[in-house]
Amino acid sequence: MSTTADDVPLLEVTDLATTFHADRGLVRAVDGVSFQVTRGRALAIVGESGSGKSVLARSLMNLLPASADASRGSVRFKGEELRGKPAGQLRGLWGNEISMVFQDPMTSLNPVVRVGRQITEALRFHGGPRGRAARERALQLLLDVGIPDARSRLNVYPHQLSGGMRQRVAIASALACSPSLLIADEPTTALDVTIQRQILDLLQRLQRLHGMAVILITHDLGVAAGRTDEVAVMYAGRIVEKAPTGTLFERMCHPYTEALLASIPRLETPMHTRLATIGGRPPDLIAPRSGCAFAPRCRYAQPRCLTEDPSLVPATGPEHEVACFFPLRTPEGRTALATDAAAGRTATGASAGVTS
Amino acid sequence: MAGSGTAHLRDSDDVVLRVEDLVVEYKVAGGTVQAVSGISFDVQRGETLGLVGESGCGKSTTGRAVMMLPRPTGGSVRFEGREMTRLSDAELRRTRPRLQMIFQDPVSSLNPRRTIDKIVGEGLSIWKRAGARERVAEVIEAVGLDPDVVASRHPHEFSGGQCQRISIARVLALEPEIVICDEPVSALDVSVQAQILNLLEDMKTRYRLTLLFIAHDLAVVKNISDRIAVMYLGKLCEIGPSDEVYAHPRHHYTEALLEAVPIPDPNASIVPMAVRGEPPSPLSPPSGCRFRTRCPAARDRCVEEEPQLQEVGPGHFAACHFPARVEHGPRVPSVET
Repeated sequence: MSTTADDVPLLEVTDLATTFHADRGLVRAVDGVSFQVTRGRALAIVGESGSGKSVLARSLMNLLPASADASRGSVRFKGEELRGKPAGQLRGLWGNEISMVFQDPMTSLNPVVRVGRQITEALRFHGGPRGRAARERALQLLLDVGIPDARSRLNVYPHQLSGGMRQRVAIASALACSPSLLIADEPTTALDVTIQRQILDLLQRLQRLHGMAVILITHDLGVAAGRTDEVAVMYAGRIVEKAPTGTLFERMCHPYTEALLASIPRLETPMHTRLATIGGRPPDLIAPRSGCAFAPRCRYAQPRCLTEDPSLVPATGPEHEVACFFPLRTPEGRTALATDAAAGRTATGASAGVTS
Repeated sequence: MAGSGTAHLRDSDDVVLRVEDLVVEYKVAGGTVQAVSGISFDVQRGETLGLVGESGCGKSTTGRAVMMLPRPTGGSVRFEGREMTRLSDAELRRTRPRLQMIFQDPVSSLNPRRTIDKIVGEGLSIWKRAGARERVAEVIEAVGLDPDVVASRHPHEFSGGQCQRISIARVLALEPEIVICDEPVSALDVSVQAQILNLLEDMKTRYRLTLLFIAHDLAVVKNISDRIAVMYLGKLCEIGPSDEVYAHPRHHYTEALLEAVPIPDPNASIVPMAVRGEPPSPLSPPSGCRFRTRCPAARDRCVEEEPQLQEVGPGHFAACHFPARVEHGPRVPSVET
């Protein structure tokens, strides 16, 4: 890992929080998230529904509905603070420096605009080539994203393409201005597995080709595993563990990361293998936070977890951080697990050992 | 006929469901969608058959055709020895409690204006079965919910996983013989998905169910199924015992599907995928083998001649002229955890 001459990280997010006003109360969707993205590197943000991962992506891009309140925290891109900037100034960055690919390519593409024009829209907006030159660039982009018969596809509308092809078009238009950061929010979730594989391969190839940084938001640890340099695991609006990808899978420290990985059915296990489960239900983001949000489902939970809120601290290495008082691979963690197992229940009253 | 054959069907008294040469076609503007084109399979009592494939392969259509929702265009569906396609509407109605279905979206498959006890007990009240109240409480308990707490609530008060538990309870209430599960865990988070899969296994044992499990996720299907049937563009590519099919896939499509599954291990090698492109339109499927346009092993014969299912191992059948020979080792290095 070499240090770049430019020591300013590409993206630096500090204590970011986004809340929504709902009928039942205040929803803390993102609740104090900090991370950095280095130039040309890929960061995966992994979490289940309600973990806040998509709201986080939209907070970075300032694509939040009016009911959202994004007052806290800082988002610095190339050293420049984005929070509080008027939309007029941010527009110079969007599509140009920071681009986004969404889960559903049907709704993210304009249904009444032909593919060619759709791709060059950002180019034209940011003062790039126009007319024939723009069309040639669009054609090149379609070829780059692997669309067969690209020249004729410039003239079709999104509904005339398959889901996989639409996602390729969405990627082509996101890459039109060669952004230095691409945020991909569940880019393959709506696609079939062989098409998912093609799109992931494509994103990885383009990332290397353009030296672009990528934030890959996904619910699938499998998608994150082979494709990213770093992984941040989110739970209830916070990052609970963050590490280089290899470290995370080999030496994970947070009980949630462990449980999440264990609950994935594997191809290589024999049929009818009983799956490990995470008991209980996902957290209620409206209830005021007291203690660790994962404690009610955690088999390591101790009395301290109910009252004190853990923050990210260094774990097995300098780039590995975990927000847990009783992490795996520590004497504290082993003692906590043994205590709960002996008592037959955790500090929250959940049954210990058996996690279903 | 088409890429199917019936060599893999079993002659046994234990066969509960036997589907032969099933054809489902839809008329649309611009032609006929050949959703299912002559597939055959059977399911034995107490067995789970996993039906996998990508969107548009006809797996859900197959599941619905078995229920006569709607009746198939051609072929035969025999359930407990009776030919379903020839039953009158009234006879079909009487048979349906024995054949139940669980859907993908648990929230939209429950009536939002009814309470949980009414939802679970609806089938029983339609058939005026005795002891409905006790039966409802029993099945709600069986799926891991507290009947006293949930009975008077409405679906919106429950999470997706809990709604799927309620759907399962509704199905169990009628004491079905066979349950068709159409992507029952696809809409759920991984941690919840594992709970529901374990629950289905438990219910299968407890109520001696036979399952037809339809899903696109190969790992999920592998976990729950005794046998696996792989579909592509309305045809059956491969069928056999789960462990065997996954360890030694012989159809190139099965192989591609397995290679495309993301492995949650950064050390797992990502082998370049040999299969390219996207499935062709079911309005005008390719001649010969329907997979040939994407198949790395396709030759002239595949254009002209439709492959039939042939035995490639004990109980393991594949419809391919040039079956894959590669013995697959484990793709994931075994890591001591």
